[in-house]
Amino acid sequence: MYNKQEFKTPMPHQEPNVRNKNFKEVSTGYTLEDAINEANRCLNCKTKPCISGCPVNVDIPDFISFIKDGDIESAYRKIKEKNFLPAVCGRVCPQENQCEKLCVRGIKNESVGIGRLERFCADWARENGVETETLSQEKTDKKVAVIGAGPAGLTCAGVLAQAGVEVEIFESLNKAGGVLSYGIPEFRLPKSIVRYEVENLEKLGVKIHTDVIVGRTVTIPQLEEMGFDAFFIGSGAGLPSFMGIEGEGLAGVFSANEFLTRANLMECYKEEKDTPAPQLKKVVVVGGGNVAMDAARVAKRMGSDVSIVYRRGVEQMPARKEEIHHAQEEGIHFLTLNNPVRIIGDENGFVKQIECIKMELTEPDASGRRGVKAVEGSEFLLDVDGVIMAIGTSPNPLLKSTINGIEVNRRGGFVTDENMRTSIPNIWAGGDAVTGSATVIEAMGAGQKAAKSILEYLK
Amino acid sequence: MFRVLDKKQLNDSTYSMTIYAPLVSQNIHPGQFVMVMADENSERIPLTIADFNKEEGSVTIIFQAIGGSTIKLASKNTGEEIAHFAGPLGIPTELEGIKNACVIGGGVGCAIALPQAKWLKNHGAAVDVIAGFRNKDIIILEDEMKNAATALTICTDDGSYGVKGFVTNVLKENIESGKNYDCVIAIGPVPMMKAVSDITKEYGIKTIVSLNPIMIDGTGMCGGCRVNVDGKVKFACVDGPDFDGHKVDFKELMIRNNMYRNQEAEHKNHICRLYGGKGNV
Repeated sequence: MYNKQEFKTPMPHQEPNVRNKNFKEVSTGYTLEDAINEANRCLNCKTKPCISGCPVNVDIPDFISFIKDGDIESAYRKIKEKNFLPAVCGRVCPQENQCEKLCVRGIKNESVGIGRLERFCADWARENGVETETLSQEKTDKKVAVIGAGPAGLTCAGVLAQAGVEVEIFESLNKAGGVLSYGIPEFRLPKSIVRYEVENLEKLGVKIHTDVIVGRTVTIPQLEEMGFDAFFIGSGAGLPSFMGIEGEGLAGVFSANEFLTRANLMECYKEEKDTPAPQLKKVVVVGGGNVAMDAARVAKRMGSDVSIVYRRGVEQMPARKEEIHHAQEEGIHFLTLNNPVRIIGDENGFVKQIECIKMELTEPDASGRRGVKAVEGSEFLLDVDGVIMAIGTSPNPLLKSTINGIEVNRRGGFVTDENMRTSIPNIWAGGDAVTGSATVIEAMGAGQKAAKSILEYLK
Repeated sequence: MFRVLDKKQLNDSTYSMTIYAPLVSQNIHPGQFVMVMADENSERIPLTIADFNKEEGSVTIIFQAIGGSTIKLASKNTGEEIAHFAGPLGIPTELEGIKNACVIGGGVGCAIALPQAKWLKNHGAAVDVIAGFRNKDIIILEDEMKNAATALTICTDDGSYGVKGFVTNVLKENIESGKNYDCVIAIGPVPMMKAVSDITKEYGIKTIVSLNPIMIDGTGMCGGCRVNVDGKVKFACVDGPDFDGHKVDFKELMIRNNMYRNQEAEHKNHICRLYGGKGNV
């Protein structure tokens, strides 16, 4: 018989008023008891809809069954068959739009907490020294260069290395991890976990070169001369978008990328680090995605009073539900159905105020989607000294300009076929470099797909 | 890690450092920069490449130790290692086709203007170099600039060496005396680049400036280095660092470069206490 508990087993976490002043992880993770209790909520139904909701098709009911038996090591191994970075995905995947969205339990009650269980298994395995990385016995004489050490590149490299291919990763920043290092904050994804996953990859024999900007330091043709047979580009998101309103050039206006990179990659909030930390009293973050939530919560932890300005309602925010909920709990003000009109500076060019206009939802159109329009004459001013724009990015422009003849789309993303292969036969691409801003797990799915196709090609 | 092969102090606060970075040294063109972190706690700072040697696998940077990060960098001695050194970044300066150039350097900017002058002279262009310094004591690279120039004019603000006054005076005189420059390249403090651009605009002479705004990653991700060029947002790291001097919003650039003024001052004092500070690093 299954556990009929209607709601997910609660996730233990730091109290909101404590955690909004530190960078330690918000959710502290299930105990074994919590995990078994939650696992027993799974019906182990015949149709297994959850699997098709997972971009890497983890055998979800199977791993949950192992947890029911208390066999966490087997559960972890089951996840690892399909998911290269479970400790990461368990924390940052938008499960409510993926596996958990399709869970049969979710029809009447809350779905099974698949993400929480995944995280539990991965943390347990790390703490208990479970190793799943097996070096392939068959070595090939083929070499693949992976460009970018983010979720797409790490996954692609992992799959290839396990198949016996020699892989080297080239990363432009000073640390591996991509968005896992520079974008997602410590309190949501501890950097020790990212380091652990990167070290696992190195144990498989993958060489990681930081401080190498492919396209500048070395070009793809030069790497070909150095003996690389195929390439995977996972160069990630690029230039941040701005709104194009007056005042975005003032001191105190940041892209979320800059603000988060200062905090996460450069750890500017730590005493021993040299990177200056923006010292802001009152901040407006513009946007409604995960990046906006991250930026707002980082600013809060750095001592600012923070408001999120978003042109639609909370229900329309693309961020994970849990992040919105956590941000609200931490005392971040949600000024939804508002849109910035201009930013006003003081006599020295520093941000002084932001002018917003109220928005209202329009009637649903033919597709059922409700738009927004400005309420005429409803402009109002907010006193702020910082504005963080979290309204998306476009793919990194640096690499494509240095690859002769590679096809890119209107937005600058690499064009690929269904196997992530670009218009150049020995180059594959995946993740934000192809799709523009998307999720960690989608990038991982693309890396995995590309790796399989590369293996076919190398045969 | 990247070993320091050689360090020279050029004046009271300016250092030349040659660093072993074999991969970086292979694809460098004039006008490009590197992102440097002295140690794991350092800031990532952009520094323009002054020279390189492919055979030796070395890259030379010339910088002023004026802030916390540069003082820390200057404290590294020959044989010691620098944590991170990535590049070359930025679009190389478009020097092709220039026949009659005026290359203007201000202070430590001369170190960055030098490779441009060298390249132009080696490719058959006439190159007037105008180099400006506050006073005689801080003049750097005089011999090197002399070799790279068809004619070199050094100016000092106080007249303690060369021509008294600003580089803009010399530029104006040269233009008035009939020098037919097809391109002016100005590299130095923002007010100097602005002043040069204002003059050349009057005469309709194409002017390239090399901007050095605040950067974090330097690879087209953070957007910290955005500048307003001809009313459009451009990113110095991937669209620059060179821009048309007649189209840059210098006022906005100065404002943005001042963003961390107070914290920088505080931090510099801290680093100075740790590393002995300017002059005796």
